[in-house]
Amino acid sequence: MRTILAALALTTALTLPGIAMARPVTLTTTLKDYGGDGAYLAIYVTDPKGAYAGSLWMAGTKSKYYEHLSDWYRATGGNAAEIDGITGASVGAGRQLEITLDLADTLFDAGYTIHVDAAVEDMRDSPNEVAVPLTTQGAGQSVQGRRYIANFSYGM
Amino acid sequence: MIRAFHRWPGLLALALVTLLAASGAVLSVFPMAERITAPQAERVMSIADLATRIQSVYPGVEQVKRSPSGRITAYWFDGDAPGSAVIDPATGTGVASADPNQVERWLTNLHRSLFLDDAGRVVMAAGAVAMLILALSGAMLVARRAGGWSHWFAPLRGPLSGRIHVSLARGAVFGLALSSATALWMTASTFGFLPDKAIVPEPPSTVSNATGAPLASMPLLATTPVSSLRELSFPYPGDATDVFTLKTDGGTGYLDQGTGATLGWSDLSGWERVSETIYMLHTGQGASLLGLLLGLTSLAVPVMGVTGALIWLAGRTGHPRIRNNVTPGRAETVILVGSEGGSTWGFAATLHSALTRAGQRVHIAPMSAFDPARFSGARRYVVLAATYGDGDAPASAKGFLDRLARLPAAPDAPLAVLGFGDRSFPGFCAYAEAVAVAAEDKGWPLLLPFDTVDRQSPQEFARWGQALGEALVIDLELNHQPVHPKTEALTLVSRRDYGQEVQAPTAILRFALPRLSIWHRLTGRGFARFQAGDLLGIVPEGSPVPRLYSLASGSRDGFVEIVVRKHVGGLCSGALMALEPGETVAAFIRRNPTFHSGRGRVPLILIGAGTGIGPLAGFIRANASRRPIHLFFGMRHPGSDFFYREELDAWAAEGRLSGLSTAVSRGARPRYVQDALSANHLDLVRAIREGARVMVCGGRQMAAGVTEAMTQMLEPLGMSPAMLKAEGRYVEDVY
Repeated sequence: MRTILAALALTTALTLPGIAMARPVTLTTTLKDYGGDGAYLAIYVTDPKGAYAGSLWMAGTKSKYYEHLSDWYRATGGNAAEIDGITGASVGAGRQLEITLDLADTLFDAGYTIHVDAAVEDMRDSPNEVAVPLTTQGAGQSVQGRRYIANFSYGM
Repeated sequence: MIRAFHRWPGLLALALVTLLAASGAVLSVFPMAERITAPQAERVMSIADLATRIQSVYPGVEQVKRSPSGRITAYWFDGDAPGSAVIDPATGTGVASADPNQVERWLTNLHRSLFLDDAGRVVMAAGAVAMLILALSGAMLVARRAGGWSHWFAPLRGPLSGRIHVSLARGAVFGLALSSATALWMTASTFGFLPDKAIVPEPPSTVSNATGAPLASMPLLATTPVSSLRELSFPYPGDATDVFTLKTDGGTGYLDQGTGATLGWSDLSGWERVSETIYMLHTGQGASLLGLLLGLTSLAVPVMGVTGALIWLAGRTGHPRIRNNVTPGRAETVILVGSEGGSTWGFAATLHSALTRAGQRVHIAPMSAFDPARFSGARRYVVLAATYGDGDAPASAKGFLDRLARLPAAPDAPLAVLGFGDRSFPGFCAYAEAVAVAAEDKGWPLLLPFDTVDRQSPQEFARWGQALGEALVIDLELNHQPVHPKTEALTLVSRRDYGQEVQAPTAILRFALPRLSIWHRLTGRGFARFQAGDLLGIVPEGSPVPRLYSLASGSRDGFVEIVVRKHVGGLCSGALMALEPGETVAAFIRRNPTFHSGRGRVPLILIGAGTGIGPLAGFIRANASRRPIHLFFGMRHPGSDFFYREELDAWAAEGRLSGLSTAVSRGARPRYVQDALSANHLDLVRAIREGARVMVCGGRQMAAGVTEAMTQMLEPLGMSPAMLKAEGRYVEDVY
C-alpha cells in the first residue's frame, strides 16, 4: 500500500496570529476497492457554527473537477487560493493517503469538524463522505466513510 | 513542403497515432451500446415525475444522474449502506448495475493518458497534434494530386499502396480532423487552459428551514423535462438548511426543500456549452451514431500508417547517393535539381561526377534550397528541372521562382537550364522553360541556351554535356546509365514462330508471371501491375545494357507476352530467339503510361506493322468492355508473319475487335498500312470526328508514312495529327 507523505509547515487559514502553539497532526485516509479511477478528496474544517473555516488538503490537481466535491466547492466557490500549496495527486482505489500538517491547539475541543468530500469520475459524488469532530480524545480513532473511504483517522 | 509536413509527423508518430485511433475506434462502440441498452424516459416526462417514482422505490435516494445517452442512474442510502442502479424511468426501479464498465474504463485511460496521468495526457495530445497536421496536410496533398478540391473523388492511379492510402484518406480525413481537433480542445480544458470552468450559483443565504415539500410541487422540477436533466442532488436527510441542487443542460440551480421555490440559478456559460458540444462530438456521448462513424474512420488510420510508410520507402529508393558533394560555400559549380519522381537526380549525379572528375568543386542541391548568399564562390549555376503535371514545379523545386523573384539582382555567375520531360505531354518541360524565362527577365547571364531532354534520353543528355563542356572549355563526357530496377527471372512457357519464309524470324514469346512478393503487391511495383503498352526490359546474359520490348499482355492476363524479331547481330533478340520453353531471362517492367489504351468508350484506331502489333493485340485482348476498336495491320506475307491471326478471329467473334484491315507488302500488289488507311478513309475520318483515339506502333518509317497519310486525310477537316497529339488523341510508340 502506497503512503503519501506530505509535510506541511502551517496552513495559514487555521493558524491564528499571535498563537504560537501548534502541533503536528497526521491525517490517514484509506480508500475502499471501489473499482473506479483515482478519487478526488477535499479535506477541510468547519467551525462550531458549521461554517467553512479552511482547507487542509486537496487530493487531485485538476480544478475543473473540483465542482464534484460539492460541499467544499459550494463553501469556497472553487477558489484555488484556498488550496495553494496543499494539493497532491488523486488517490487510487485501495490506496492510502497520509499527510502530516501543523494544526493550532485552539482548534481542538472547540467544536471544529474535519470533513472529507470525495468524487470519482463516472461514479457518484460523495460530499461529506467523512465528518468527525476535532477533539483530543478522538485522535487515533478510525471512522468509516460513506462510500469510497474505508477509514479515516487523525493522530498526534 | 506540404509533403514534408505530412511525412515526418506521420512517420514519427506512427505508433502513437495508431494506438490513439485503434483505442478510439473500440471506445466509440460504448455510447451506442449504452444508448441501446438503457431504458429511456418518455418524451413528456418531467424531472419531478421521475424523481418521485425513484423516491417511492428508494426513499434514501440522494442523487439522480442522466448520461447523454439517456441512461438514468440513482444513488441512495439504505440505512448506512450505499446503493446504486440504472433506473427504468417507467417504474423508478433499478434494472442494472451502475458500476462503471471496467473494460471501457481501462480503454479510456489508455486512450487519453496511457495510464501515465498528466505525462501521458501530454504524449497523447502530441499524438493528436500529429494527427491533425496529418489530416490537414493530407487533405491538401489529395487536392493537389487530384488537380483541385473539386476533383476530390477523382479516380486514382498508381501503385496499390498509394491508392489504398488516398482512397481511405478521402473518406476519413474529415472525421480524423474533427477527432483530433476536439481531442486537443478537451486536453486544454482538462489542464484548465480554457475559461470553461463550471459556474455554480451563490449558495442561498436564507432557506425556509422547512422540509418535506412534495417533489411535484416544485415548479422547476415539474416543468423541466427529463431529457434536459444532468443531475439532481437531494438534501441531506435531517438537515433543514440543505437544498436540492439541480443541473440541467442549461445551467445549475438550488431549490428549497420546504417550499420548492427556486433559490438561485446560473446558466451554463458560452464556453461551457462549447466544451459540452465538443465533448459530445469527440466521445459520441449523446451522439452515438456520429461516435460510431468517427470510430469507423479512425480504423483507417493503421492502414494509412502502413501504406504511408510503404509509399515513403518506395520513394526513397529512387535517389542515387551523391559522392564528394562539396559544401555550398566552396563550390565552383552549383547544380540545382528539380525532381518529382527522382529520375532527374540520377542525371544530376552523372553530371556531378563528370564535373568532379574534370577537377571541379561541385555542390548539388534541390532547387528549393536555392540561395545565392550560401553559394558565395559559385562560378556557374546549372539547373536540371523536371516538370510536374501541367507546368508546375516538381517536388524538390518548390519555391524556387519565388526566391528568384525576391532577389534584388540575379547572380553574376552564369546559368544553364536543362529541362526534362516527355514530348507527348502538352506541358513538355514547361516548368524548366518558366525558370529560363524568369532568369532571363531578371537579367541572369547565360552559360548555355535553354535545352531539353525528352523521355530521359541518354543521347540527348550526352549531347547537351558536350555543349556544356565546350562552354567550360573542358572535356565533358556525360555517360548516363539510368538505374534499372531489380530484375526477375522470367520462365518461357511457350513460343510461336513466324517469318522464316521471309527471312525475318519472329516469335511471340509467352513467359510465366513470376511469383510476386508482398512488397511488390503492396507497392504495385515490378510485375505486380502492368498493362499492354508498358515495356519489358530484358537484360541478356553477359551484357549490362537492357533492351525494351512493348508488352502484349497485362498482369491480369496472367502471363507476360512480347513479340520479338531477330535482328542481325542483335545480342538481345538473338538470346530471346534462342530461348526454349523452361529457360529463363532476367527482366523488369518499365511503365509507359503515355501508350496505354486508357478507359472510356471512345473508339480506338490501332495502327501497327510487324512486331508493332504486340501492344495493340494486348489492347484488344483486354477490351472486355467491347469498346469499338479497328485494327490496321501491315505484314509482309499472310502466310509467314500474320501474327495473332487465330486470336484476332476469336476476338472479333467475341466483340473485342470491331474491324480489321490488313496490308501485305510482298507479292504482286504490295500495299502498306498507310494504303489500308487511305482505303478506309471515310470511315476513319468519321470516327476521328466522333472523338476516336489513334495509337500507332511500329518502325519509324511506317510511323512517318502513317502520319503523312493521316495529314492528308485530316486536312479537309481543318485538323492535323499534331493537333490530335496535343490533345493526347494521337500517340505513337515508335522504334
